[in-house]
Formats: sequence, C-alpha cells, structure tokens
Amino acid sequence: MTSTPVAAPPAGLAVGAAGRGAPRRGVPRHGKATPWLFLAPYLALFVTFVILPVVLGAWISLHQWDFTLPGKPFVGLDNYRDLFDPESISYESFWRSMRATGVFTLFSVPLLLVVPLLVALVMNQRFRGRNLFRAVFFAPYVLGVAVVAVLWRYLLDNNIGLINYYLGRLGLPDDTAWTTSLPAAWVALVGVTVWWTLGYNSVIYLAALQDIPRELYEAARVDGANAWQQFWNVTVPGLRPVLAFVTMITILASANMFGQSYLITQGGPGRETRTAIYQIAETGLRNYQMGSAAAMSYVLTAVLMVLSVAIFWLFRERRTR
Amino acid sequence: MRAGTAGQVVRYTLLVLLGLLFLSPLVFMVVTSFKTRGDAGGIPPSWIPDPFSTQAYESILTARGTPVLRWFANSLVAALANSALVVGTAAMAAYALARMEFRGRGLVFGAIIATLFVPPVILIIPNYLVVGELGWLNTLAAVIVPTAASAFGVFFLRQFFLSIPAELEEAARLDGANAWQIFLRVLLPLSRPALATLALLALLTNWNDFLWPVYVLFSPEMQTLPAGLSTLQSANAVRYDLLMAGAVIASVPVLVLFAFLQRFIIEGVSRSGLKG
Repeated sequence: MTSTPVAAPPAGLAVGAAGRGAPRRGVPRHGKATPWLFLAPYLALFVTFVILPVVLGAWISLHQWDFTLPGKPFVGLDNYRDLFDPESISYESFWRSMRATGVFTLFSVPLLLVVPLLVALVMNQRFRGRNLFRAVFFAPYVLGVAVVAVLWRYLLDNNIGLINYYLGRLGLPDDTAWTTSLPAAWVALVGVTVWWTLGYNSVIYLAALQDIPRELYEAARVDGANAWQQFWNVTVPGLRPVLAFVTMITILASANMFGQSYLITQGGPGRETRTAIYQIAETGLRNYQMGSAAAMSYVLTAVLMVLSVAIFWLFRERRTR
Repeated sequence: MRAGTAGQVVRYTLLVLLGLLFLSPLVFMVVTSFKTRGDAGGIPPSWIPDPFSTQAYESILTARGTPVLRWFANSLVAALANSALVVGTAAMAAYALARMEFRGRGLVFGAIIATLFVPPVILIIPNYLVVGELGWLNTLAAVIVPTAASAFGVFFLRQFFLSIPAELEEAARLDGANAWQIFLRVLLPLSRPALATLALLALLTNWNDFLWPVYVLFSPEMQTLPAGLSTLQSANAVRYDLLMAGAVIASVPVLVLFAFLQRFIIEGVSRSGLKG
C-alpha cells in the first residue's frame, strides 16, 4: 500500500531548506492554517493558564486585591515596598518564610545531590536484581507528597512513633519532638524529603552513568588510573551536564517545598517551618490578600531566576577550564 | 576473583539495608491500616496486627465528613481526564512544531520552552482568579485543565517526533493522505511508547498533586485523595489507624501501576525528568 520511493529520505530531509510551502512534486505539504489548527488546543491552554496569569499576576501585585471585596484599589508598588519595609506587617512573615525555604534548600539540596549519586554508583554495574532495587528506591516517589507526609507524621510521632521507639532501643534519646521543636523539625523535613525523592535523582544519575562509554574507563585503566582517579577523570566529567540539570531541578523542587511542611509540622513550631510558597498560598488563597501574595511570588521568582542563572554560569565556567 | 566476591557481598548488604529503609515504612503503613484503634497507638509498635481488623477501612469509608470513596472517584476522573488532555493537546502541538514549516514557529516554540524555566509559584495566585472567572472553583475542572498547559509534554513529544524518520510520512503524503490522517495513522502509532510514557507521567503527577487541590477544592465531596488526606488528618489528629487506611487507599492504584509499568515510568523520568 505505502510505496517508498528511493529518493524519499534525502527529499524529506531537504524540505526545510527547499523553501517553505513550496509544492513538491505537485503534492502540497499542508495549508497555511494547518499548523495553527494543530497548535490551537494547546495554545488555548497555554495562553489562558500560563501567559495570561504571568501578566495578570504582575497586575494584581500592583493592587490591594481582595478576592472577596468589590473594590480593588491601585496601590502602585506599595505591596513590594511593604515586603522590604521592616515596619510593615507583611515584612516579618514573608522573610521568615523565605528564610525557612532557604534553610530547607540549603540542607536538602547537597544531600539530594550526593546520596543519590552514591546509590547510582553502587547500582551502576551488572548484578542480579538490579532493576528490583532500582524500583524499590524509586517507589516512594510515585506515592506523592500527601501519602508520604501523612505516613511520616505517624512514624515521627513523639510518643508512639517508630522513629523514637527504635532510637530508644539503640540507647539514644527517645523523646525528640520531631514535629514541634527545632532543629528536630528541620531534620525531619529534610530526612523525609530525601527518603521521598532519592530514587528520582538516582535514576537520572544512573541513566547518565550508563551513557559514559566503557572504553573511557578501559583507557584510564590502561594508563594506570585507580578507581578514585577514574571517578574524578572519567565519571565526573561525563556527568557534568546531568549534574547541572539535577542541581537545577533539585533546587527548584526544594524551593517549592510545601506538602511536607503543611502536613508534618503544620509550619510549626510557631511559623518557623512555614515555607515561602506556603506563606504565599495562605496569604493569597486563605486570607485573600492577593496583591501582597502576588508581589511575594514575584520576589521569590526573581530570587529563583537569579539562582538559576548563577548555576548555569557555575557549570559553564568549570567546563571551559 | 576473591575481591570481586567480597565486593558483591558489600554491595548486596548495602543495597538490602537501603531497600529495607525504603520498604519498611510502606509495610508499616499497610500493617497499621489493619490494626484496631488501640493496637495502632500501642507501645511497643508491633509489625503484625493483633487482632487483624478492617475497622479502620469500614470507619473511613462510611464517615460523613470524609467521603473517601468519592475522593477516590474524583482523583480517578481528574487524573484520567488530565492525562488525556495533556497527551492529546501536546501531541497535536508537537506534531506541528516538529514537522511543519510556518512563520512564527520559532517564536511559539521559544515561548513554550521559556516557561519550562518559570517557577510555578508565580502562577498560583493569578490562576486562582482565572479559574474563579471561569466558574471552576470547587469543581474538578480546576484540577484537570490548568495543569495541562505545562510545557513539558510538548517538549517531550517534539523531541520524540524528531527522532522518527520522515520517510513514512512522505510516503503517506504521496498516497494522498492529509496532515491529520498522517498524524493519526502514521505518527501516533509509531509513537506509542512515548505517548504511553507521557500519559503515565501526567497521570501520576495529577493523582499526587497536592497544593493546588488543597486550595481550589473546598467542600469535602469535591476533594481529590491527596487533599482529602489533609482533611482526614485534621479530622482525626492521632487516629493513625484511620490515616494509614486513607494513605493505603491513595497509594494502591499508583503502586499497582508502578509495579506493572515501572520500566516506562523510570525510563521516562531518567530520560527527561518529570515536571509537575
């Protein structure tokens, strides 16, 4: 039925260069509207729920925007000014939440970069049951944050939780208030997050490790490199692009931490573990101070963008050396 | 030879210990869900329910304020609808971007890719208003439609389409097939693995989504399972038997899916990352 002319492959590839819309062999490729008809459903979603909101968010941030009130007075940059004015009400709560996000990111990201790499290195060899182990380490990730957090809220319970019980059996303090005291709450939140997402970073590392050609290791071995030297001179350079990617997505994921804090510590003790995104959601969607919340989300976004650029730069810089 | 064997022993010991660390909390969740109220709060914690009881399940499945079955149905409808919407719209858009020449293509693709780097936090407040204007607050549409605008699917499928040789499509075109027919009968059948991967990732992401449903679905009967678990937790502070039963109900479908399709899921993630 489908005849394949001999000349098809090069012709198919050359279409782009041959000029757009030019009829080939009397068969028009497609009408002018066709690409837009294919794009239309997605673009409708994209414009409504991504492009429009980005602009609308900036507009809201310039108003005192209460969802439940008819009047939404224009206030210029006041919402932003408040965030940087130590005298204002929103200053304290916003920066405390930014600090919480910062603390969480600072402690979770290094662990989430290093521990999964170690796991991936151990897994990066042929042995029986490898796929089974890979699946086991990945399993918590498919559960989602709500299940994971509700489960760990139980395991971390001061009185009847497994964690304190087994710590006691090991002769360690068995009365740590994991969810209501500092710094224990941070240890708990970081620990749970590592448990939850370790498998995710591991499988990305593992795929990258398997893409490093075996010959490179063999060449290094022939040159007399020991295991450590092979790691630094073959594995690390081979992983660099993936390392940049993993660093980026891990920082963004940690900076978006919400569910763990919402369900395990309820932002406590006090509001010490209430993260920036938690604060933004509560300010805008519970207290309906949407102007202020929108301004917060723009400030947080600006910080994250600067961080992303810095990471790109960091990994780029090293590559040229 | 000997060093190799010792290495294997060390490796397996490490992996088994780590495996236990990952599996035991899940086992304990299931065990606790079959305990009685007193047994679940008992010290020392036991790994075998005594007596074995389905009380927790009966209790949460019949409680008025926490309609778990309804949440389950909501989650299922939302995840399936969202997954279909993601795959359908992304495949069509990716086809146009991968295979058609038109003015503005670079701009459209650039704009879509740029949003991969926009932190989602910026969309929360304005999207709440957009969804409100559409009259979708407290309806499943709020958790089905907006997240389908994610750029990931378009990017993922476009990359896959580009890897398929264009000859078959050329042949079909010469046979008189139009763009829509080529898309449906040539490209989509060739892309089954990629479509399945994207469908699964979208399904999992939607099933597990937490922040957005917590704020846009307020009445108990409209919630999805993750938002419902939060409601369940505030209603039953330390009734861990009930909470674990709820957690098991929310976990079983994804764990079953994972058990059968883990290759698709893990390979999908390892090749391109999963973006919510």
